Amino acid sequence: MSIKINRALCNGCGKAQEPGCVSVCPGDLLFKDNENRCAIRDARDCWDCAACVKECPRQAIELTLPTQIGGRGASLKAKRSSNSLEWLLNYPDGRTEVFKVVVKEGGTI
Amino acid sequence: MINHKLDAIIDKIEIVNISTDILVIGGGTAGCFAAATIKETSPETDVLVIEKGHVDRSGCLAAGVNAINAYLNPGETPASYLKYVRDDSAGLVREDLVYTVGERLNRVTEKLASWGLPFIKDADGNFKARGKRSVEIVGEAIKPIIAAALKKSGARTMNRVAATNFIVAGGQVSGVYAIDAREKKFYVISAKAVICTTGGAAGIYKPNNDGSARHKMWYCPFNVGSGLAMGLRAGAEMTTFEMRFIALRIKDVIAPTGTVAQGVHARQINVLGEEYQKNYEDDTTPMRMYATIEENKAGRGPCYLDLTHLPADYNPRLKESYLSMAPGMALKWADSGQEPNESPVEICGSEPYIVGGHGQAGYWVDINRQSTVSGLFAAGDVAGGAPKKYVSGCFAEGEIAALAALDYIKGKWPLKLSDQDISEELTRVYSPFNRDAGVHPDEFEERLQKIMDEYAGGISTNYELCEPKLLLARTLLATLEEDVKSRLAVGNIHDLVKAHEIMDRVLVARVLVEHLIYRKETRWHSYQERVDYPTRDDQRWMTFVNSLYDPTDESIRIVERPWAGLEVTS
Repeated sequence: MSIKINRALCNGCGKAQEPGCVSVCPGDLLFKDNENRCAIRDARDCWDCAACVKECPRQAIELTLPTQIGGRGASLKAKRSSNSLEWLLNYPDGRTEVFKVVVKEGGTI
Repeated sequence: MINHKLDAIIDKIEIVNISTDILVIGGGTAGCFAAATIKETSPETDVLVIEKGHVDRSGCLAAGVNAINAYLNPGETPASYLKYVRDDSAGLVREDLVYTVGERLNRVTEKLASWGLPFIKDADGNFKARGKRSVEIVGEAIKPIIAAALKKSGARTMNRVAATNFIVAGGQVSGVYAIDAREKKFYVISAKAVICTTGGAAGIYKPNNDGSARHKMWYCPFNVGSGLAMGLRAGAEMTTFEMRFIALRIKDVIAPTGTVAQGVHARQINVLGEEYQKNYEDDTTPMRMYATIEENKAGRGPCYLDLTHLPADYNPRLKESYLSMAPGMALKWADSGQEPNESPVEICGSEPYIVGGHGQAGYWVDINRQSTVSGLFAAGDVAGGAPKKYVSGCFAEGEIAALAALDYIKGKWPLKLSDQDISEELTRVYSPFNRDAGVHPDEFEERLQKIMDEYAGGISTNYELCEPKLLLARTLLATLEEDVKSRLAVGNIHDLVKAHEIMDRVLVARVLVEHLIYRKETRWHSYQERVDYPTRDDQRWMTFVNSLYDPTDESIRIVERPWAGLEVTS
């Protein structure tokens, strides 16, 4: 499993036809299921790009490494604001390390 | 034989006709820049970008990137860039293409900065250099920023539309057939010119990881070489597929190494702690890959990048840097229970990729990035001959192709398509829906990757190539292609896209194997390591190996094109 969607936190972005996570997945792997939650078609196809993690307004999606390549429970969540991104890196021992990154400056766009 | 079931399926498909002046296929780095350039230069020209994913996060830059690796820092010139690319690529590159990329690198990079992407600055307020030709950025949002620039330009965008074939009429490309990746819609898009920017190909070879981790790879797994396959079927000439790109990467997560190798001068060491690169003939990119394989073969592996010289206060910066590009690397450190400076990171080779942005596999184009088929332009990872162009070089090529396409369409009108042609492509595209029983695309993908891994120089054979195995690969791929055409079976649109991806990958693999068979020397160590012809032979092979495909009999023809040097002064 690469991303995990917390079904208690995910609300399918309400009535949104296409929640942000469903929109941005470069492999078009996410969809809204019949319980109004987001789900992944096939976790084996996930690239670990974390686009959906950053898009989720409720931090319901987290990224973990598959056990095969040494995943031991660490996970990543993110909170996005207009021009910055806050990463929450959770360690297997329960610690959380926070990174706040300015990802966009003024500019013309 | 009349196939009623397929007819019934096709009856439910909505056919959508669209017309535009210039069609861009693939809303990635090169495609977005091309479309924005067209609108900026000629606002009245209609531009349509079709994208298999969603332009906000599609393709190579989905997770971000933390450096612009082709930028001329003070003292560097287009000529010195050309010299570097040539020397790193065993002397054989399209010098005209590399030089024209070099001329534009700084301007396009500065444009990216003007859009609001954060560039790290040095004490003088200049872009902070990471080596002679690289500058550091905070690039997590590079793709949404590029997509916003595309939107602002006024170009039209259609997301989740996957091209299946070019429309060729009267010897020129005049549009594309495409399927909606979610709905039962088939698009017939006519255009006066088409710019192909679909990227390179991953997943041709068995990747480093499998099963639940099969897509934990460096190159975008959703770039499958569709633009290459479409070009081949349209008669476009391809070049230098045999210069595969094998990336030296951090093991398991296959994360980039430049951040630590160039970024913080990590030493590249074997298990004995020796900096082994000095024992090899040079320090080129292919040679660093080759040396690492040879060290492992000699029992001096694993090999590492040593970060233990770093002060502890650097650890968060390094993690942050990876979060903006390959977030799995931060998880790897967290799962290992070690900070970056506490132990060296192991390095390995990736699966071989077919890419024009790092290697030089792709379309054979003229200096305007027009392919050998009139009206069809190519830029970025799908365009060959100009390795090491990276993000900024893809912008540069997008710009060149955009301006050339604008010139090309003057006085041209969209062609009227025949119903017969549309019907043939509809049948081809939806035929995997027709079968009650058959094989899922994933299974054929595994078969393709196994053949290529074992017989065409994959990871398990240390990337080594020899003729008898390549000939076997040729035979096995022919059988696979037959099976793919007759036995692919899917039940939904998402899998139909996958079905076309595997069809396209198999064609790319077939052409790749012909290139690998043809070049009887070893020019690029590890990328093209012919153990039966282990030395470089400039007298015979300082020439481009190109290929043409004939869809009528499905044959591949190899042709040679002469190398030409460029007289430039710095």
